[in-house]
Amino acid sequence: MRKVAWCLVLGILLAGCGQGNQETDKSTITIWHWMTDREPAFQELAKRYVAKTGIKVNFELYAPSDAYAQKVHAAAQGATLPDVYGILGEKRDFASFVKAGHVLNLTPYMNDLLGSWKNRFFAKALAVNEFPDGNIYKVVPGIYGVPIDIMTIEMLYNKDLFKKLGLDPNRPPATFKEFIEIGKLLKAKNMQGLVSGWSEVWMIDCLANNYAFNIMGEDKVLATIRGEVPYTDPDWITVLGLFKEMRESGVLANGTVTMVNKTAEQLFATNKAVFAFNGSWCVNVYKGMNPVLNYAVMLPPKASDKHPMSIWEGAGSSFMVNARSKNKEEAVKFLKWLTDGEQQVYLAEVTSNLPANKDCLEKISPILAQFADDMELATHPNIWGVSEFPLVTETLDRGIQSIVIGEKTPEQVAADVQKVKEREQAKKRS
Amino acid sequence: MRFKSTLENYIFVLPAVLIFSVFYIYPFIQIFHLSFFDWDGIIPFKDAIPLGWGNFKEILFQDPSWWQAMRNAGYITLIALTFQNILAFLLAWACDREIRMKNFYRVIFFIPPVLSEIVVGMSWRFIINDIDGANIINRMLAGIGFPNLMHNWLSDPNTALTTVALVHCWKGFGWGFLIFLAGLQTIPRELYEAARVDGASAWDSFRKITIPLMIPVIVLVAILTILGTMQAFALIIGLVGGEFAGHTSVPVLRILASMRGSSRFGYACAQGITFGMVLVVISFIQYRFSKKAKE
Repeated sequence: MRKVAWCLVLGILLAGCGQGNQETDKSTITIWHWMTDREPAFQELAKRYVAKTGIKVNFELYAPSDAYAQKVHAAAQGATLPDVYGILGEKRDFASFVKAGHVLNLTPYMNDLLGSWKNRFFAKALAVNEFPDGNIYKVVPGIYGVPIDIMTIEMLYNKDLFKKLGLDPNRPPATFKEFIEIGKLLKAKNMQGLVSGWSEVWMIDCLANNYAFNIMGEDKVLATIRGEVPYTDPDWITVLGLFKEMRESGVLANGTVTMVNKTAEQLFATNKAVFAFNGSWCVNVYKGMNPVLNYAVMLPPKASDKHPMSIWEGAGSSFMVNARSKNKEEAVKFLKWLTDGEQQVYLAEVTSNLPANKDCLEKISPILAQFADDMELATHPNIWGVSEFPLVTETLDRGIQSIVIGEKTPEQVAADVQKVKEREQAKKRS
Repeated sequence: MRFKSTLENYIFVLPAVLIFSVFYIYPFIQIFHLSFFDWDGIIPFKDAIPLGWGNFKEILFQDPSWWQAMRNAGYITLIALTFQNILAFLLAWACDREIRMKNFYRVIFFIPPVLSEIVVGMSWRFIINDIDGANIINRMLAGIGFPNLMHNWLSDPNTALTTVALVHCWKGFGWGFLIFLAGLQTIPRELYEAARVDGASAWDSFRKITIPLMIPVIVLVAILTILGTMQAFALIIGLVGGEFAGHTSVPVLRILASMRGSSRFGYACAQGITFGMVLVVISFIQYRFSKKAKE
């Protein structure tokens, strides 16, 4: 009896030391993802795929995204990544995964049959997953990810609240001056203005970059990142000054700096805030929270006529194929099927996300089409080819938070950011 | 026979030693090792860049946000050590006496500590905030005739940290209460009776009997408070969404920012080691101090 017990214990222990199941079954493709809202649609598509090909697709959801990111990092170290997975983070993290041999170079598959797979995607969505020749990360040039859907981040306004303010609901503010003027109306009517998840600082970074592109143009922004233009340049101080103006005008909702995006979404969806700064994923979120919400999409109001306003756009979610997977050929075939017109339309209909397949745009909802309209103005840090030091970005974002709460001036923040930039540059040189 | 007995003893402790070694000692050694490298947690470790003491030097001399986080954690800890523990002690003292419904109070006081930090944070955010909450605190202030005290408690850099500290105290005082109560119940009642016969007042009994006999328990609660409070972070995320321009930043949030925001695993490990050392030193100083006080 005792021997049997020992054997059982030993068996359980040894079973735990084995490889993940994703590499043992060739007729099953395992996919890890973090997208709670897309899970039912993925499961349905998995059913359709097994019916069509006999290949089982096992979508495994790990949420929230932070926990998912940690799981993927740990699996990369333990070489237990699944056949297909998504990488959350910045381009440098993506590059590290590629350099560590965890991501299959999809260029040959994309270019196959005169590039039929490659040509179905929006160029910018694909660019996010691409490392061009001479990239700063020293990754072998190629396409390493498949965009499933795309997102743009823009401003939204509540048409009903616009009417309450005495504004034309079909004419959102086109200039920053007009936007600031609305702050006075908001104060007078005791209404809340712009909400956004600015405690998650990357959304502040996004808006600041939009205005940096508008005020000084792409070349100067990239020159700043390369260290050729200081953050104390008057144009950067103008960008930072916009946040000061927003605070002083009252166009920002109370507590925006301590607001997580989910809260911001609730406030906008429940008609408690006039403006929101949010990504195209919000269409699905708002639909769930308030199906009759009357809103429209607008570009962030331009602060200058010198350069076009820009917005961030990129792959909302992308899947990578594990280069070490025994099922990589099957995984590529599945991703080709998943990004085909029929599946993309289904995903767009069910999840209200912008499809990555450009041939499907005609079949999306009118509000999603508004997000898609501004794609020619889109950019994204992952396609700039240069990358700011993380500490510099953090100092800039925290500095903007300080401006919004009236603690620091734009000049002080610019000086702080430049100081960190110089320190990081010195560290890199040494 | 003796050898067999010794061997048997070792076999009994072996599983515990193995588990402790694998899940505590080995990771600690690895973290210490990683703290000397520039590593993003993704590339193979053999490609990590050795920095020597570089990460530690940066923490000590070039990272003001780290020290701001340490100061913030110190402030929350100070409030917890004083306000939270005094409250816990007084409530335990009250419940140790023959009062009505004392068992009910014991249960009530122990509810906050068993709640999840993130739930407590979000609930209090709802209670405190105006536009995305019920604004209860401000309404109460207005209701009792202090409308001038109405305030954006969590969005004002001057009050955000104190608000966080007070919510932390609300959540944490139940632990201290429970330990203090257990300590108070170990004091023999005869001592109080003898003191009363000798003419000692309630205050004299408290000062001359309760406090001296409770010193080991007070030390224990203080050490647990320091360790628990310095490591708090989920409550802060629930309340203010994160570091709030540094005003509610604490060391664990900085470590997370280094690890996830900047992908600097090596630096995050060095921050973890530095933070651990600070906690050990504080606990040691407090232990020595209280030992002297006891003598």
